[in-house]
Amino acid sequence: MNAPSLSARLLAADDRRLWLGMAGCAIAFLVVVPMLNLAMPPDSALHMPNYMVTLLGKYLCYATLALAMDLVWGYCGVLSLGHGAFFALGGYAMGMFMMRSIGARGVYGNADLPDFMVFLNWKELPWYWMGFDHFWFAALMALAVPGALAFVFGWLAFRSRITGVYLSIITQAMTYALMLAFFRNEMGFGGNNGLTDFKDILGFPLAEPSTKLGLYMLSALVLGLAFLVARFVVTSKLGRIMMAVRDAESRVRFLGYSPTWVKLFGFTLSAMLAGLAGALYVPQVGIINPSEFSPANSIEIAIWVAVGGRGTLVGAVLGAFAVNGAKTWLTGAAPELWLFLLGALFIAVTLGLPKGLLGLWGQIRRKEKAHA
Amino acid sequence: MLDDKFEVQVDEPHGPGVPAAGSILYLDGVSVSFDGFKALNALSLILAPGELRTIVGPNGAGKTTMMDVITGKTRPDEGDVLFDEKVDLTRLDESEIANLGIGRKFQKPTVFEHLSVFENLELALKADRGAFATLMFWLSGEQRDTIDATMARIGLADKSRHLAGALSHGQKQWLEIGMLLMQDQRLLLLDEPVAGMTDSETEATAQLILDLARDGSRSLVVVEHDMEFVRALGAKVTVLHEGSVLAEGTLETIQADSKVIEVYLGR
Ligand SMILES: Nc1ncnc2c1ncn2[C@@H]1O[C@H](COP(=O)(O)OP(=O)(O)OP(=O)(O)O)[C@@H](O)[C@H]1O
Ligand SMILES: [Mg+2]
Repeated sequence: MNAPSLSARLLAADDRRLWLGMAGCAIAFLVVVPMLNLAMPPDSALHMPNYMVTLLGKYLCYATLALAMDLVWGYCGVLSLGHGAFFALGGYAMGMFMMRSIGARGVYGNADLPDFMVFLNWKELPWYWMGFDHFWFAALMALAVPGALAFVFGWLAFRSRITGVYLSIITQAMTYALMLAFFRNEMGFGGNNGLTDFKDILGFPLAEPSTKLGLYMLSALVLGLAFLVARFVVTSKLGRIMMAVRDAESRVRFLGYSPTWVKLFGFTLSAMLAGLAGALYVPQVGIINPSEFSPANSIEIAIWVAVGGRGTLVGAVLGAFAVNGAKTWLTGAAPELWLFLLGALFIAVTLGLPKGLLGLWGQIRRKEKAHA
Repeated sequence: MLDDKFEVQVDEPHGPGVPAAGSILYLDGVSVSFDGFKALNALSLILAPGELRTIVGPNGAGKTTMMDVITGKTRPDEGDVLFDEKVDLTRLDESEIANLGIGRKFQKPTVFEHLSVFENLELALKADRGAFATLMFWLSGEQRDTIDATMARIGLADKSRHLAGALSHGQKQWLEIGMLLMQDQRLLLLDEPVAGMTDSETEATAQLILDLARDGSRSLVVVEHDMEFVRALGAKVTVLHEGSVLAEGTLETIQADSKVIEVYLGR
C-alpha cells in the first residue's frame, strides 16, 4: 500500500468532464439551492419552498442508496433485492438516537423510556437500546449494523456460491423476515408504528427550516463523499476484479482471486453506504417504520439503477432522481397509476435501454458527432 | 477408496520409494464420472519438474476433464492428485490451486471481455490477491514494463486499450497465453492453445512454448489436436482414450503404435 495512490488516483485526470460535473452539482446543491431557499422572497417565482428542500434532501439520500446498489449490482454483478433492509437499519439507528433525545418531552413525560415502551408497560430500557443516547454511537451503529449483517449474510451466501436469481431471492427473504420481525412489538422498535414524534437532532429542532436545510446540505455532502468512495473503489484494481467477477466469476478463480472476498467487500461497503443514507433520511421524513423493509422497496432501488444505467455510478444517481421525481409528480397527479408506470418503466428499460438513460445519452451524443 | 500400494500420506515427510517423489504433478488412479459415464477412468500420469508434455486424444477422451481435476474445477471420485510431490490438490479450491503456482489456459478462450487488453494482463500480474491489497494497488513502473513486454511478446502491443471482447479468436488465445505468462506459474496447462490460429500464428505459439520450456523453470502440459504443432514441440506425447492413458512416448513411436492407430482410424 503506497500513500500517494489515494490522491493520485482521485485526481487522475482520466475524465475531466466528470470532475467538472461534480463541481457543477456541488455548486447547484450547496450554493444555488440554499440561496433560492434563503435569499429569495417567499412570493418570488424563484423562491424554493422548505418542503422542496426536504424533498431534494430525500432524493439525495435515495441517490446515495442507488449508488450503493450500483456498486454491488453494476460492478460485482450481485443483484441484491434486500438493500432496503440496510437502508432501514441505518434509519432505525438514527431513529433510536432521536427517540432518546426526546427525553421527558414525550406524551408520558418519561425521561427513561420512549413512549411506546411506556405504553407497552415496559419497566426498563432493553439492552440493545443502550448507547443510543449518544450521537456518535448511533452514527456508528448506522454503519456497523448494516455492514455486519451484510458481511455475515454475504459470507454464507457467496461462500456457498449462491449467485444470480437464487441470491436475489434470499435477499428478498432477508428483508421480508426483518420486516415481519420489526412489526412485532416485543422486538422493542415500536412495532407497527415504528419510531416517530422526534423533536430535535443534536439540539437542532427538526421543525425548523434551518435544520431542514442543514440536513439537506449534509445529504448532498454525503452523496458527494459516497460517490468519491465508490469511484475510488471501482477505479482501483479491485474494481476491475469486481467487473471480472461480474462477467466471468469462475474464470477469476483460476487467476487466484477469491470471488467470495471480492463480492463480500463490495456487498459490505454497499450495505454501509445504504445505512448511512437511511440515517440521513429518517430525520428528514420524521419517521421510520417496518414498511421500509418491504420487499417492494428493495426492488424499486434496483429499478432506479436500471433506469439510470448500471455499472456507471453516475447513472445510479441520475436514475434515483429521475424515477423519484416522476414518482412524486405522479403520486400527486394519479397515484393509482404509479405502480403500473414503475413496472412499465422497468420492462421498457430492460428491453429497450439496457444501458439506461446514461446509455441513451451516449447514443444521442455519438449520433450528433456522426452528423457533425 | 485409495489403492493401498499407492496411498501417499499428505503433509508428511516422504521416504524413498514414494511414487510421487521427484514429480511436479502426479495423478494416480483418477476417476471422474458424470451421471455414470466415466470421463476419466483410473488415469495415471506423472510429470517431472521442467518437463514439457503434449497430450493428444480423440474428442471426449477426457483431456479437458483432466485439467479440470488438476485445477480444482472438478473433484475426482477416486484417485490421488498431487502437486510438488505432496500437496493434495483434491482438497483445494480453484483460487488456492492457482496461488500454488498452477496456471491454465482454457480450451474456449476466456478473457474478461469488458476489460481492456492491458487490464486483463494487469489482473493476471503476479501480485497480492487480497481484497484490500488490490484496492490499494498501484502499478509500479517496473510492473508496467512487464505488461508492455508481455503485450509485445503476444503481438498485442498496439491493442493495449482495446476491449478484450473485440479481439479475434486467435488474439484472444494469445491474450490468454499472455495472462498465463503474467502469472509466472510453475505449472502451465494449455488446452488447445492453437485452435483457431493461422499457420504462422501456430508456428509462433510453438516457438513461444518452446521458449517457456527451455530454461526448465516451468513445467508445461499442452493438449492439442494439431499434429504439426505437436511435432514442432518435439516433446513426449501421452495419448488419452476413454479416460485413461493409451500410450506414451515420442511422436514417432506413438504414431507407429497399433492401438493408437486403431483409435484414430477406427472412428
Ligand atoms: N460437466 C460435464 N457433465 C457431463 N459430461 C461431461 C462434463 N464434462 C465433460 N463431460 C463429458 O466427459 C467426456 C470427456 O470430456 P472432455 O471435455 O474432457 O474431453 P476432451 O478430451 O477435452 O475432448 P475435446 O477434444 O473435444 O476437447 C465427454 O464425453 C464429455 O461429454
Ligand atoms: Mg477438451
